[in-house]
Amino acid sequence: MPVSYYIVLSAILFTLGALGVLIRRNALVIFMSVELMLNAANLAFVAFSQLYGTLNGQIFVFFVMTVAAAEVAVGLALIVAIFRTKHSINVDEISSLKG
Amino acid sequence: MTADILLFLILAVVSIASALAMLFSRNAIYSALFLILNFGTISVFYLLLGAPFLAMVQVTVYAGAIMVLFLFVIMLLGAEQLRSTQTIPWQQPLAFLLGAILLAETVYLFFTIGDQGAALPSITALVSDFGSPTAIGELLFNQYLLPFEVTSVLLLVAMVGAIVLTKSEKKAGDLRAAIERPLGNLPPE
Repeated sequence: MPVSYYIVLSAILFTLGALGVLIRRNALVIFMSVELMLNAANLAFVAFSQLYGTLNGQIFVFFVMTVAAAEVAVGLALIVAIFRTKHSINVDEISSLKG
Repeated sequence: MTADILLFLILAVVSIASALAMLFSRNAIYSALFLILNFGTISVFYLLLGAPFLAMVQVTVYAGAIMVLFLFVIMLLGAEQLRSTQTIPWQQPLAFLLGAILLAETVYLFFTIGDQGAALPSITALVSDFGSPTAIGELLFNQYLLPFEVTSVLLLVAMVGAIVLTKSEKKAGDLRAAIERPLGNLPPE
């Protein structure tokens, strides 16, 4: 089967993730949308890895997963810290730079 | 139509539908559960693409660890649903327009550059241990040793950062008093 199927699916998933970042107000759902975009990129990596018969793409997926895990840990800690002071995670209400 | 294309199409429909459902669920917990379903389908795609070890890592790390962390924080904050405050009326139509443009650009670029019709080699045509933990480990610890070590520093920094960010604002003296307080006279709740 042609590799283009996987790449188009990856593009669709990436677009849905970007759309989620744009239309949702809940900071947690925005984070999930970012995860969806990372997964779409991973899918393209693995598809090309099989197309060219090398494992380098799969190694990069590992690094992307590691960075995603670190990003989620720090991001969720930030959200918890913001929720403590603002009592909201609506990104429209988090509009001031100072406290 | 061969079996793998049929399998791909069914899984692609499930994957896109779960991504859409994640986008449009009102409740953040439903969003997280739909995202776990999406990660499951992506892990099956990895199996189809000859990456069995990555499929396992996808299930354990993404659907397991990361999404459990998400669900934990959602339930901890009690932030399942937000008040609907529509401050910018043209935000959603503009977002859909921009999303459509992004998709069109990506697909256009893909179909004009590169050999888009290239067929994926069948899994049996590849070397027998393609994507196995052994092969990935050999590559990771030889060619990619330095990025691997840098990744460990990144994880350490993320761990320290998460602890510092969520640390409560107690003074050091209070903490010391709490530690040294005898067990017998705990303050009443």
